[in-house]
Amino acid sequence: MPPKRQLRVGRDWMYPGQAKKLLSDAIKADKEEQQQHLLEGHHQHWIRRYVFSTDHKWIGIQYGITALFFLLFGFGLMLLMRLQLGWPGKSFEIMKVLGETRAPGGILLPEAYNQLGAMHGTIMVFLAIVPLAVGAFGNYVVPLQIGAPDMAFPKLNMVSYWCYLPGGLVMLASFAVPGGAANSGWTSYPPLSVIATQGQTWWILGMVLLITSSLLGSVNFLVTIIQLRAKGLTWSRLPFFVWAQFVTAFLLLLAFPPLEAAAVMQLMDRVAHTNFFLPSGLVISGQILGNAGGGNPLLWQHLFWFLAHPEVYVLILPGLGIIAEVLANNTRKPLWGYRSMVGAIIFLGFMSFVVWAHHMFMTGMGTTISAFFQTTTMIISIPSVIILSAFFISLWGASIRFTTPMLFALAFLPMFGIGGLTGLPLGLSAADIHLHDTYYVIGHFHYVVAPGTIFAMFAGIYYWFPKITGRQMNEKLGKIHFWGSFVAINCIFFPMFAQGLAGVSRRLYDGGEQYAHAKHMALATNPFMSVAAFTLLVFQLPFIFNFFKSMKWGERVDSNPWGATTLEWAAASSPPLGHGNFEVVPTVYRGPYEYSVPGHATDFSPQNEPDVAPPPPSSGILPATAVAQKEG
Amino acid sequence: MTEHVVEAHHDDHDSPENIKKEIKVYLWVFAGLAFLTGVTVWLCYGLDMEVHKAILIALAVATVKGFLVAGFFMHLLTERRLIYGILAITVFFFAVLMWGPAHDIYDKFGK
Amino acid sequence: MDSHATTHSAHQDFEIPFNVHARPDTGLYNAKLGIWLFLASEVMLFGALFSSLIVIRTAAPHWPRGWEELNVPLATLNTFVLIASSVTVVLAWANLRLGNLKLGKIFIGLTLFCGLIFMVVKAFEYGSKFAHHHYPSTNNFFATYFVLTGLHGLHVLGGMIVFAYFLTWGSKMWFTERARFTNRIEVVGLYWHFVDLVWIFLFPTLYLL
Repeated sequence: MPPKRQLRVGRDWMYPGQAKKLLSDAIKADKEEQQQHLLEGHHQHWIRRYVFSTDHKWIGIQYGITALFFLLFGFGLMLLMRLQLGWPGKSFEIMKVLGETRAPGGILLPEAYNQLGAMHGTIMVFLAIVPLAVGAFGNYVVPLQIGAPDMAFPKLNMVSYWCYLPGGLVMLASFAVPGGAANSGWTSYPPLSVIATQGQTWWILGMVLLITSSLLGSVNFLVTIIQLRAKGLTWSRLPFFVWAQFVTAFLLLLAFPPLEAAAVMQLMDRVAHTNFFLPSGLVISGQILGNAGGGNPLLWQHLFWFLAHPEVYVLILPGLGIIAEVLANNTRKPLWGYRSMVGAIIFLGFMSFVVWAHHMFMTGMGTTISAFFQTTTMIISIPSVIILSAFFISLWGASIRFTTPMLFALAFLPMFGIGGLTGLPLGLSAADIHLHDTYYVIGHFHYVVAPGTIFAMFAGIYYWFPKITGRQMNEKLGKIHFWGSFVAINCIFFPMFAQGLAGVSRRLYDGGEQYAHAKHMALATNPFMSVAAFTLLVFQLPFIFNFFKSMKWGERVDSNPWGATTLEWAAASSPPLGHGNFEVVPTVYRGPYEYSVPGHATDFSPQNEPDVAPPPPSSGILPATAVAQKEG
Repeated sequence: MTEHVVEAHHDDHDSPENIKKEIKVYLWVFAGLAFLTGVTVWLCYGLDMEVHKAILIALAVATVKGFLVAGFFMHLLTERRLIYGILAITVFFFAVLMWGPAHDIYDKFGK
Repeated sequence: MDSHATTHSAHQDFEIPFNVHARPDTGLYNAKLGIWLFLASEVMLFGALFSSLIVIRTAAPHWPRGWEELNVPLATLNTFVLIASSVTVVLAWANLRLGNLKLGKIFIGLTLFCGLIFMVVKAFEYGSKFAHHHYPSTNNFFATYFVLTGLHGLHVLGGMIVFAYFLTWGSKMWFTERARFTNRIEVVGLYWHFVDLVWIFLFPTLYLL
């Protein structure tokens, strides 16, 4: 018989105090479970929920964190290169991380410099920028902006990420194999790439995984945007960001397969000793190769650039989309020329498939084919100019809010302008004779990608951080990040135009120091640029600190802190519901940038806000007149 | 409303009589494909056709066969405009990919 | 949004619209649009290989006629087999639409069987080449032959794996979501027809020219 004053709870006996505590604990646990259920969705095992997630939002975050890591890693590779370029042949302690085979006594070897160069390019293009722009921003924002509960194929989305990560790991692992990582440039031209060390095979295998990830992803994006737009969201009401992702997905879908084919052929050349890209009579280090021959290195170049040119538009288009959103939001007025911009971006996507051989002007192509590609290249500059001009004109008469995302967006405009303009002499085959394979080219494309796309990525991070986390990033730190990066990045890349014009070739281990005609230019500029590169690193620290700190301690915000009109802000909480994104599936009534509509109570009209009832039929008399007439 | 039209079309399409009619078409297409396969093998291989002529004949027959497979088995003949659009764009870029490297190589090596 | 047009999935509590029934303005359900887009990318993949073949052959000083090195009668048989498999898969889909799972599965099984014959003949062809010391590295005729037929063969294999799945565990969906299962057979059928289409061009290109 139990002692008195104890209560029976289930099969146990306990004192009233214990029973009370048990009850309140149970109520608390149930409430928390309900709350979690509401916010985070169906209760799943953590592996299903966080590792092999099929939720586009979490997959977007996976892509984002992974891509930012690769961005930092690729940046690190470049910093090591810039140490060598600024002070050729000098010993650095930090260089010793590369090991004795690559940097004996802390002095970088030329072969190792080539590894750094090839992998910096590969990692930045394929593992950092595209996964961030498309995999992270695209995945997270597009379904929300079109009012969809998720992507069309959530499981396929998960497979895409899980092809990307292994692809990236294979690329990283290649540093550790005998002979080191790929060292034949991100362009992997044969015959060099075919006879290169083991790392090149790893590069090819990594690329196959990345291309697979990309193809699956592009199918998903296209079907999602075409099929899952909410009621009322017609093509002409689509946010420009979604249009940009749509065209990007088409580029990825149709341009990547030729590179996949070429990668398979190069793999066969390396491993099965075929001769797709190897001509007969090859002599390597004084020895005849003795292969069957009959192949053509130019075939690789055609197939590679058939992808790689649309790829550079893949690099910029999502960035243009982000800039459009940030500009509209921070000017508090509709974007100027929305229809022209949409037409231009579609035309740009189409043209990007027919310009590739402007990367091959120096390969001895005939005059007809050269003239064709020069013409198409000149034509493709037109839609870019239309879009950039529309952005500039959108600033006219605007009430600009100089928030951190807006600062990055504003800086993007002239930076992209410089990048685009410097592409023109490269696209003219005559001028290209002088500039091809010089630092002018490096300056050109870095302007478009670094103060271009990467600035757009930063703008996107600061802009959408409140939506993803429910907290705001610190504005002061943001401004420090911006101004420091803006100055430093120009100091790195602007002198490259001068170097290129002076004849400093790219991919030189000593940065041009040995060339008599370019020696002065190289020696004058390289150390300065290298110091600027390290300065750029220093100014990323406030960003990294801000990013992580704000996740936990940032100022909490409501669902629409920027006062934006697009659906991800207007119809979803911050962060959005785990269960299908929206409490109420939105219906769209108006275009994406209805800011400062006359007569509206606030300076923004969300896309899902129903129309106010129209005023009763007017007699043509003003209300005040009618009142006066009645009285008088 | 469009929805009604599509739904009605859908029902009509799926009636047993229509499906049985489709099956008959598939069998005729099979016969056509088998016949054309025999024709192309006979013309090119059986008659030991010279290369330039063989390329034309083989490509022409293959195109017809391809059209039959795509049009009937893949239902392209009754498919929506959106699919046509996607395929038209793809075919254009396919043609560009055929032309570009070939023109370049022909400039350098062609007869 | 049309409530008939959605589906449930094991891991999601919400519904993806237009997974089974067509979206009114596009007239397509999601997977059908998806497979056509994927096939567009496959056109570009094989296109690149055909383009490479043209380039390599144009520049080659000497190039054998197909039948000088390859077995035309065997490949012709394979062509008939693959065309037959295209018929069987579309008949499978037609029978499923008529509500007949048994016949549908028989035709899927026949398609799988045709695929198997194709691969066995291919294996025999390859074996014969290797026995005569003709490898991909021998010359570019064989390099292109092996890579083109090899990649095509991998696609056949991929299709066979999917058919095997639908014949076994995959067919359970017939009893829970019949329309969605039927759609899946249509979609894999489209993929299979494309694989047949590639062979229709590959066969004459490699064997008859």
